[in-house]
Amino acid sequence: MSTLNREQVARIAHLARLELTPAELDGLTPQLDAIVDYVQRLSAVDTTDIEPLAHALDVIDAFREDEPVRSLAVEQALANSPGRRGPCFSVPAALE
Amino acid sequence: MTAVLCLQRLARREISASALLDYYLTAISSRNRELNAFLHVDETGARRQAQAIDHRRAKGERLGPLAGLPVAIKDNICTANIPTTCASRILKDYIPPYDAHVVNRLREADAVIVGKTNLDEFAMGSSTENSAFGPTRNPIDPTRIPGGSSGGSACAVAADFVPVSLGSDTGGSVRQPAALCGVVGLKPSYGRVSRYGLVAFGSSLDVVGTLTTDVADAALVLGVIAGPDPRDSTCLRESGEDYFATVEQPLTDLRVGVPREFFAAGLDSEVEQAVRTSLSIYERLGAKLVEISLPTSPHALAVYYLVATAEASGNLARYDGVHYGSRITGTNLLELYEKSRGAGFGAEVKRRIMLGTHALSSGYRDAYYLKALKVRRLIKADYDAAFQRCDVIAGPTSPTTAFALGERANDPLAMYLADIYTIGANLAGLPALSLPCGKSQAGLPIGFQLTAPVLQEERLLRAARMLERQLRAKP
Repeated sequence: MSTLNREQVARIAHLARLELTPAELDGLTPQLDAIVDYVQRLSAVDTTDIEPLAHALDVIDAFREDEPVRSLAVEQALANSPGRRGPCFSVPAALE
Repeated sequence: MTAVLCLQRLARREISASALLDYYLTAISSRNRELNAFLHVDETGARRQAQAIDHRRAKGERLGPLAGLPVAIKDNICTANIPTTCASRILKDYIPPYDAHVVNRLREADAVIVGKTNLDEFAMGSSTENSAFGPTRNPIDPTRIPGGSSGGSACAVAADFVPVSLGSDTGGSVRQPAALCGVVGLKPSYGRVSRYGLVAFGSSLDVVGTLTTDVADAALVLGVIAGPDPRDSTCLRESGEDYFATVEQPLTDLRVGVPREFFAAGLDSEVEQAVRTSLSIYERLGAKLVEISLPTSPHALAVYYLVATAEASGNLARYDGVHYGSRITGTNLLELYEKSRGAGFGAEVKRRIMLGTHALSSGYRDAYYLKALKVRRLIKADYDAAFQRCDVIAGPTSPTTAFALGERANDPLAMYLADIYTIGANLAGLPALSLPCGKSQAGLPIGFQLTAPVLQEERLLRAARMLERQLRAKP
């Protein structure tokens, strides 16, 4: 039983901001379909009245004093940037 | 040579830190080209650290507990001014401006950071074949995989490139390669060790662990890296303990739980036999074997692949070609994102980002992600119930010994099955350890896994050590 087709996989790739080649889409579609098929076995587990568990330990919010500490210097923060202009990260225009 | 022995010889001045480092650098240069355990060896930095320690020792200065001990770091753990690539093209030129908390701790303990080890890209895999810089090979049989994702760290210890390495464990990534390379792999409780500076994969599962030649070394290193860190809000406030001080004390009246689900179909018969032999050693030592059940464990793999990928799809959104990492430019910002990520990530990382994105997308979130979180609670409840009847849980680490390179490369689901016994501890946040318990007829190592209740690392290590001493005493 197929649950994911090529169009759906292309839509997921767009949501994930991943450019995929046609060959990658062809390969990923049956692979993801098989994995989704496998994880669907969970629907057989009775989880009536079970709360989701997002975190394994029962820890409540962690608070600390709001003390200022030194952050990275501008040059350090920009050192790994693939594109910069002056003290800023540079990108192509986001708006027309 | 164990870390404990290295440190004894250093303390007695039978060997200098520089000479010890030379010994390991020679081993690396003779065999790393073949095995590809290290992606980067910081020879200059390591020599400088070793010389400084020798100098301070000569002056009679007080030194840290790991003074002069060479350590390797998995390449998804940040090291200031030393490349940290996560074995990904997208981070191939990344040089972190800061050290991870665990690296801070190692430096404060006067360990010598030798270099960075290979992994499956972003720690996603079970064989270290998903590295953008080529696979790591198993030093016991180089036609086989070393396990993963901390395959480089496990290989480095097994090949005697370093006495100790750090790895990370999201679904078994320390324990499974330890099993397949014949070394000891320790995954602490979730939150026991700070994740600050560990590149995020599945944030509710990730933990830094150790790879060592024996259990005493694991206790020693855990004592150095464990404990609170305000920079990781999920790091527990309990301070770490001196695990090394107690590790040689055997446990009395130990109840060893044996989950029947871990001895079902899919388990290699040689692995089963070696694990059962170790269980009988526990009986000889006065422990009681208790048959237990983890009834939800057959669903753990499906839960893991939804939870871990959902978290990964968010965590890896930061690789956008803007702030750091490689960029492929486009006519607009959206194109820049899509092209940079499309070119920068490898196949398995893309597969997992896609699965996680799907599991969180509108219309599917309740059926996949929320459902998985509910079953995760049942898995944790299974462990809670089991630990009412036993003190530790024992079984195999991996269903098979090391498989051949390429054998599972085109079948992601078959690859995922390598983690079937290890992911439960991650989903439930429990400490767990793999130690070598024998070899197959082909001479491949077999791992024995122990799991303890949360924060019971001391019990875990003592239980493991009492077995290890018997296993090593055998002729």
